[in-house]
Amino acid sequence: MIKPRDDKDFQACGLFGVMDRSGERFNGKMVVEAMKNMHVRGNGLGGGFAVYGLYPEYKDYYCLHVMIQDWNEDAKREVDKFLDANFDIVHDEEIPTNEDANVVNPPLFWRYFVYPQKKGDDKRLSDDDYVIKKVMYINTKIKDAYVISSGKNMGVFKGVGFPEDIAEFFMVEKYKGYIWTAHSRFPTNTPGWWGGAHPFCILDWTVVHNGEISSYGTNKRYLEMFGYYCTLQTDTEVMAYAFDLLMRRQKLPIEIVAKILAPPMWDIIDHMDEKRKKLYTTLRMVYAPLLINGPWTVIVAHHGEMFGLTDRIRLRPITAGEKGDLLFLSSEESAIRAVCPNLDRVWTPHGGEPVIGRLNEKALKKVVE
Amino acid sequence: MRFVDSYLEGVRKIDEIIKYAKIEGEVAEIDARDLKHKELNDLMRECVLRGARKLILKNVCGQRYIGTRLFFNPGVNVEIIIYGTPGNDLGAFLSGHRIVVYGNAQDGVGNTMDSGEIIVHGRAGDVVAMAMRGGKIFIRDSVGYRTAIHMKEYKERIPLLVIGGTAQDFLGEYMAGGRVVLLGLNLKNGKHRSHYIGTGMHGGIIYLRGKVEDYQLGKEVGVVDMEQEDWKFLEKVVEEFCGHFGNEIKVDKDEILGGKFMKLIPVTKRPYGKIYAY
Repeated sequence: MIKPRDDKDFQACGLFGVMDRSGERFNGKMVVEAMKNMHVRGNGLGGGFAVYGLYPEYKDYYCLHVMIQDWNEDAKREVDKFLDANFDIVHDEEIPTNEDANVVNPPLFWRYFVYPQKKGDDKRLSDDDYVIKKVMYINTKIKDAYVISSGKNMGVFKGVGFPEDIAEFFMVEKYKGYIWTAHSRFPTNTPGWWGGAHPFCILDWTVVHNGEISSYGTNKRYLEMFGYYCTLQTDTEVMAYAFDLLMRRQKLPIEIVAKILAPPMWDIIDHMDEKRKKLYTTLRMVYAPLLINGPWTVIVAHHGEMFGLTDRIRLRPITAGEKGDLLFLSSEESAIRAVCPNLDRVWTPHGGEPVIGRLNEKALKKVVE
Repeated sequence: MRFVDSYLEGVRKIDEIIKYAKIEGEVAEIDARDLKHKELNDLMRECVLRGARKLILKNVCGQRYIGTRLFFNPGVNVEIIIYGTPGNDLGAFLSGHRIVVYGNAQDGVGNTMDSGEIIVHGRAGDVVAMAMRGGKIFIRDSVGYRTAIHMKEYKERIPLLVIGGTAQDFLGEYMAGGRVVLLGLNLKNGKHRSHYIGTGMHGGIIYLRGKVEDYQLGKEVGVVDMEQEDWKFLEKVVEEFCGHFGNEIKVDKDEILGGKFMKLIPVTKRPYGKIYAY
């Protein structure tokens, strides 16, 4: 286990997300350029990318990106055996990496394209819940093995280094997607290790996060009741599971989820009309253990949707920008301008109010065709 | 584990970056496109040392602390014209210079600014004028959270912040002095959305054009009537605002002054005196 550094740096991470709402895929060059612009927001102890629309040739299969710490051969063998027993593996390979990249001691990365092979009691589970259960098993039971992404037609690439180093290591400019999110890390309270880099992912839900979650303990215990176990030694993990629970399993829209994670203050609720007062009071009472306290900004994505959200008094920055079908979310406006100088619109949302990007009619038309 | 100072890593010396500056008499033009935070500030300083009094910065994109390192003998005042998007802490600790931005600014404009002037032809991010202690800031459009937090004043040194649009929450939080004027020119229904205005405020004045409900104000501020001298002050300020942005905004001075203004002042000079007294 990695020991946290005992000194504490107070700094800020860098976040960036871009979505082509028409569903058009583009390579990672733009997002890497944007992250370079915010270089000083990180300190080289974590960088990563999430890409949607990544594996169209395998789009019906879950893709597990698995990280093997210290190239532990036993761990790799155990993962192979476990996946073989629980899934049909239609294809697997080492994730190609660039040995010349500026990173130190990278672990082994392997990707598996799999189809659930449910047995016994597990037959009652949906495919998604089955995958989560198996991912949790690997993360908690197989030493040195971590599933860093587990959705269909998407993937996460992350590690210790500046984002541009990680991009070079995984050669992300060769990949294409219609949503890209990225993170530059400046770890404050928890160790900088490959598994602790962002994005965090469960199924196709990814989160990149700037800030710290002071309600982590409460949130973690609540999520454990629903079968989510936090193993990655950093607070952001609870966010990924909270979004999966509220949005995928409980089917709540982000407009409501935002008011659970970042609810208005009671004195503001007091001045709402009766209908809204009832709604917000109910949400605060039912979901009290999922109030995310502390300073935070997140960019969250899953297929078809990307959104940005901050804590209710916006203690961490976010700026949104639009240009045609492109929606940008960023810690700083300059990073957006660096890749798209002439924006149609640029704004900063109020704390607790999500900025939402969804696929538009053009994208749906493409699917029909 | 590799640990790097991302600000200082790879910073080039003056003789390597002087090629990005074109100095002609008192005017220097700097192409900031490939310059790091420190490089740009080093180069600005070098240009002034070589006689420039007007710095035109082109292609600025995220460079921080612009104008911070320009401390010279009294009387050396520089005009800095910025095209692009300056990074955080624009004009932090600014000492007597004038900065004009053609574009938007980010967080921390005029952080602990001492004197001089910052004029932004666009919007600005969070904590504008944080701990500002002198000089003037004019922002054409709106600003983010915690604007003018802990702004202060001492004797004749009274900082001024004028915002053409609106502000997000915690405007004037813990404000200890100075003047903030919020003009609300881009409001759709005449109402500001900002909550917790002047929370913990214990000095200075906020003038607010447009409507806010009582519950949007912090517990430490009160609304008082506008006096003759307040209008005289506002007339001067609005005239200056229109002088900067008159060509870009659609309203004139009289129209602005014809709006409804509120004057907010702290109800006590020591709002937390009873909590921390010992």
